[in-house]
Amino acid sequence: MIEVQKLTKKFKEFTAVDEVSFTVGKGGFFGFLGPNGAGKTTTIKVLATLLRPSGGTARVNGFDVVREPAAVRRSIGMVFQDPSLDDRLTARENLQLHAMLYGVARRETGPRILELLELVGLADRWNDLVKKFSGGMKRRLEIARGLLHRPGVLFLDEPTVGLDPQTRRHIWEYIGEIRRTEGATVFLTTHYIEEAEACDRVGIIDHGRIVALDSPAALKATLEADLITVETRNPEDALRIIREELGLDAVLQGDRVIQVPAVNVADGELLPRLAAAVPGLSALEISKPTLEDVFLSLTGRAIREEAADSLEKMRQSRRARARKGR
Amino acid sequence: MELKTFGVTVYVIWLREIKKYFRERTRLLAMVGQPLLYLVIMGHGLREMFQLNIEGFDYLSFMYPGIVAMTILFTSMFASVSIIWDREFGFLKEVLVAPVPRSAIAVGKALGGSTTALLQGAILLALAPLAGLALSPSAIIQILLLLFLLAFAITSFGTVVAANTESMEGFHMIMNFIIVPLFLLSGAFFPIGVAPEWMQAVMKLNPVAYGVDALRNIMFTGSPAKDFVVYYPLYHNVLVLAGFSVLMAALSMRAFNRVE
Ligand SMILES: Nc1ncnc2c1ncn2[C@@H]1O[C@H](COP(=O)(O)OP(=O)(O)OP(=O)(O)O)[C@@H](O)[C@H]1O
Ligand SMILES: [Mg+2]
Repeated sequence: MIEVQKLTKKFKEFTAVDEVSFTVGKGGFFGFLGPNGAGKTTTIKVLATLLRPSGGTARVNGFDVVREPAAVRRSIGMVFQDPSLDDRLTARENLQLHAMLYGVARRETGPRILELLELVGLADRWNDLVKKFSGGMKRRLEIARGLLHRPGVLFLDEPTVGLDPQTRRHIWEYIGEIRRTEGATVFLTTHYIEEAEACDRVGIIDHGRIVALDSPAALKATLEADLITVETRNPEDALRIIREELGLDAVLQGDRVIQVPAVNVADGELLPRLAAAVPGLSALEISKPTLEDVFLSLTGRAIREEAADSLEKMRQSRRARARKGR
Repeated sequence: MELKTFGVTVYVIWLREIKKYFRERTRLLAMVGQPLLYLVIMGHGLREMFQLNIEGFDYLSFMYPGIVAMTILFTSMFASVSIIWDREFGFLKEVLVAPVPRSAIAVGKALGGSTTALLQGAILLALAPLAGLALSPSAIIQILLLLFLLAFAITSFGTVVAANTESMEGFHMIMNFIIVPLFLLSGAFFPIGVAPEWMQAVMKLNPVAYGVDALRNIMFTGSPAKDFVVYYPLYHNVLVLAGFSVLMAALSMRAFNRVE
């Protein structure tokens, strides 16, 4: 359970987190979606008592982060954005030290470590030095460690950043498994759209402010229009034709792609007209709005620079849909 | 309850140091090899030059306590560097977010560093006969206790420095400006008494010098050259080292409580 009200964190003059408010219910799955430097990690650090807030209040698991830091720390599990394992120790040793620091009963430690290593698929690697692990394995071990003392709230700061898609999907499955078996409240930060789409509720954060806060479906419902993406060899002419002759709102994205919010794809007229009108047409795609589009419409920017290329975005949204369909 | 958590945390940090120490054999070798080189090359080389007409004086056995202290100095400082390493590469965060008193990290670090430095010193102590010193069992026990005290003092000091240093580069800079002078001005190569006034004044501020002097106090017990090689009485050395340790431990605990 997390309750945050008008939380602010300043570094000297610079405001990294600006009057952020949100609540996450017990057992909830909350995603913080935002670009680099948005203030995600700073928020997590304040909630984990690693930084003192400059203003506002925050309660984690019912405890105030300023007045009851020890109680807060006891009730949270943390997976940092940057690695925090000792890679010259074995997987089990890392977990054992953690168990001691959190006062897990000695009797319980052994079985619990085994259980968690099973959960994250590292049971056969317990005696290996962590420096021999791949990035994904380290991440899984950190997630296991964060859960070891049965925290009420698990913080995951970009748990899949820098990992290849397959490993990311794996970690994602483990997180799902953890939510089922451990029942912990999960607070996750990410700048991957498809990850945010899987959360119960999403806060979109930009420049330290929450610009939208709701379930992914509700957020996307604010953009009622589908998006038509047109790829052409002749974008300047195409843009002019779409705007002037068809009277549609359109923006140029990258050097070959034009995006058109589709008002009435269902009427069956728009697509053939568009296809006929655009010179040098090489691809045409219709997509449902994604959180990326929500972010774009709220801030006028793409979450990640590379995502500004809307072909990539189309691929992403397709992937996200394919996953949901599975 | 608080006290128990404190103790457990100290133990966790200590245990981690020890486990890693025994895992790194190359480091172990390097740390023993270096003083050995000093002893053999410098000791034997200079021995011929310093044939003083003092009964019981031999340069090799004079320099030996200095080399032991050097090993403690280097190993202890090395141990405290790892704090910066931990901060840059992560493990420290894991401890900082845990429900444990942060000051315990400083104590655990200092104890871990002292233990490994002591082991290193003990290995070197086995070579005392090579330096022409015969040590009684009671002398060995006294020396080990003293080495631990010296190591604790230096590790705590290193921890204070490390906690206030942002980067690895910064630490290396400081270490070069600290370790080398501490070593050169420790009286390892020449007795404090023969140094010029100003240098003696500086050496009086150097904790390592008290360690070296204390070691000579013990190692030269009963030797006619003792009055020449020793500057302070043993209790004086021990008191200074203990006071310095307490001060540095307090400062390092405070430094960790401040870490954001
Ligand atoms: N200790 C600090 N001192 C000064 N500024 C800081 C500090 N920590 C973070 N900032 C600034 O605060 C802002 C928010 O940083 P934060 O790390 O919270 O971003 P983030 O959303 O986690 O980004 P990323 O996706 O890159 O991890 C950034 O502009 C960053 O430069
Ligand atoms: Mg971050």
